[in-house]
Amino acid sequence: MSSLLIFAEHRNGKIKKSSFEAISAGASLAGSLGLTPHVVLTGDASVSALTAEAAGYGVSSVLTVTDSRLGTYANRAFATAVTAVAKAKSASVILFSATAMGKELGAYTAVHLEASFASDCTSVSAVGGSLKVIRPVYTGKALSSVDLLQPVKVLTLRPNAFPAIPAPAAAETEEIPVSFTEADFGCRVTDVVSSSGKLDVAEAEIVVSGGRSLGSAENFKLLEDLADVLGGAVGASRAAVDSGYRPHEDQVGQTGKVISPKLYIACGISGAIQHLAGMSSSKVIVAINKDKEAPIFQIADYGIVADLFEIVPALTAELKKQSN
Amino acid sequence: MNIFVCVSQVPDTATRIKPAADGKSIDRTDVNYILNPYDEIAVEQALRVKEAAGGEVCVISAGDDSVLNTIRKALAMGADKAVHLKTDADFDGFAAARAVAAYLKTANADLIFTGKESVDSNSGQFSTFLAALLGINVVNIVVKLEISGTQVKAEREIEGGKELVETTLPAVISCQKGLNEPRLPTLKGIMASKTKKPEEIAFSGGPSSTVITELSKPPAKPAGKIVGSDVTAVPALVELLHNEAKVI
Ligand SMILES: Cc1cc2nc3c(=O)[nH]c(=O)nc-3n(C[C@H](O)[C@H](O)[C@H](O)COP(=O)(O)OP(=O)(O)OC[C@H]3O[C@@H](n4cnc5c(N)ncnc54)[C@H](O)[C@@H]3O)c2cc1C
Ligand SMILES: Nc1ncnc2c1ncn2[C@@H]1O[C@H](COP(=O)(O)O)[C@@H](O)[C@H]1O
Repeated sequence: MSSLLIFAEHRNGKIKKSSFEAISAGASLAGSLGLTPHVVLTGDASVSALTAEAAGYGVSSVLTVTDSRLGTYANRAFATAVTAVAKAKSASVILFSATAMGKELGAYTAVHLEASFASDCTSVSAVGGSLKVIRPVYTGKALSSVDLLQPVKVLTLRPNAFPAIPAPAAAETEEIPVSFTEADFGCRVTDVVSSSGKLDVAEAEIVVSGGRSLGSAENFKLLEDLADVLGGAVGASRAAVDSGYRPHEDQVGQTGKVISPKLYIACGISGAIQHLAGMSSSKVIVAINKDKEAPIFQIADYGIVADLFEIVPALTAELKKQSN
Repeated sequence: MNIFVCVSQVPDTATRIKPAADGKSIDRTDVNYILNPYDEIAVEQALRVKEAAGGEVCVISAGDDSVLNTIRKALAMGADKAVHLKTDADFDGFAAARAVAAYLKTANADLIFTGKESVDSNSGQFSTFLAALLGINVVNIVVKLEISGTQVKAEREIEGGKELVETTLPAVISCQKGLNEPRLPTLKGIMASKTKKPEEIAFSGGPSSTVITELSKPPAKPAGKIVGSDVTAVPALVELLHNEAKVI
């Protein structure tokens, strides 16, 4: 019987939340398509410590590929590992989270398996036994339904677009032997620098964003304080990034990150089409802008037409008061 | 150094996208096509490598005749020559990568630059497809690049940080904003680009492994609520986020 694989990405000894989302989505998809689901974990011997949490989201079978050389990320070796597992288990659907790692492994694996590939999907379903996927295109200005024509289908799923549903179960693990060539390690990660441990805008459930109107890097502290009480991350418009108030990795929009958080709070952002492209699929949008004609209000669920320098601190204080 | 840059054209980022009558593609009337913003960064990086290490920069693009404009922009920035893999058929990213890979197999490429993604398809897959098809290394989403001899050190953006990557040529590098500031074409460059005729190679367009069956506008949002126009609106907003939207 053919199977469905979900790649579990881990960093710093923890599986990423977006991988749990992919695992839950995979569990339900496997049910509708009649496929046996497995989670795939690659790494050095330390991955054995992750099998229990890998099995906690609806898929109890965990396949591991361990090799001392997989302790640091090497894209070609990881792709070889997933390809080998796919062949061993006759996989017909392979899911990754649409992260920097997942996107490249997905594309590699698709070439190795002559599969169809669709990246950054926001909806995946089984209709009459076949797979139907939807992915945003034109940076969220349109949605496309894609048919995957090859027998094997590789997908990456956008973080935050699928719920991670805990379903504790004991892991049944199996090690899949894979042999690597030297070329597999032709590209190696030598170090990972985290941006002072801060939450990435693409992964945060709540994002507080600021625009040109913040006026300085220091003023973004106001937004950081609000993000802190909400457990969220700080994003920025391109105008704020180009003015040097925030690093590019925080930019939301057509040439920045495309995100779908649960809550997006836009502070002093006009809502240019390129900005909307990056955040219009957020579940709930709040806009704070002193111009009531600003286009951001056309897509906001809730708006306050006022000076952000008054509203943002008041909002932070109100939330703090309530959480005490 | 034998350097290639893969470029694609995309609708100007200010374009309002409308589905066409076929329900599968976009209405191209009044759409102005531009060089994909990330590909400008790729062209710039290719020129910088050439300026430092010598060699030649060739741009390559698969598509119909309309991509010639995009190719010309890259030539005007300073690329030496161009290849147009010409087709009038619809094709997917896999088919494009196969066509480009087939050309590059015989071209002795040392370094191949692409953009991080096309801002129309948002796939971000092409660079890895190409590397996998050619059996060479790839570093994606690169924001810093150092090349000495055949050794490559790159910094790439990942969620919440950066990865430092080491690899060797030949390699594919996909370029992210932050890597450089692309130059504007000079008048001299624009004049020179007119004399550089792209080499045209027929591309069948297939086989594609995916097909778009429907293209639609995202569902329109119902009109939002203006909660107020001064600080007194703050408690009401918090209340709505708690009890109506249930997001905090
Ligand atoms: C190729 C291309 C790609 C692009 N990609 C992106 C992208 O990825 N992301 C992106 O964001 N943009 C992008 N842009 C830029 C985009 O067109 C806009 O220029 C940008 O989004 C504007 O940023 P902003 O809203 O911060 O600034 P502005 O448009 O200047 O808006 C400032 C807003 O703040 C309000 N304001 C001022 N003071 C206050 C105050 N005290 N309190 C409350 N409100 C106040 C004003 O009313 C105004 O609405 C791109 C443009 C191009 C051409
Ligand atoms: N038709 C094409 N011809 C040449 N290069 C392309 C083509 N399509 C995409 N690319 C390159 O691949 C990058 C990523 O595109 P994509 O995978 O479509 O998001 C682009 O920035 C280009 O550098």
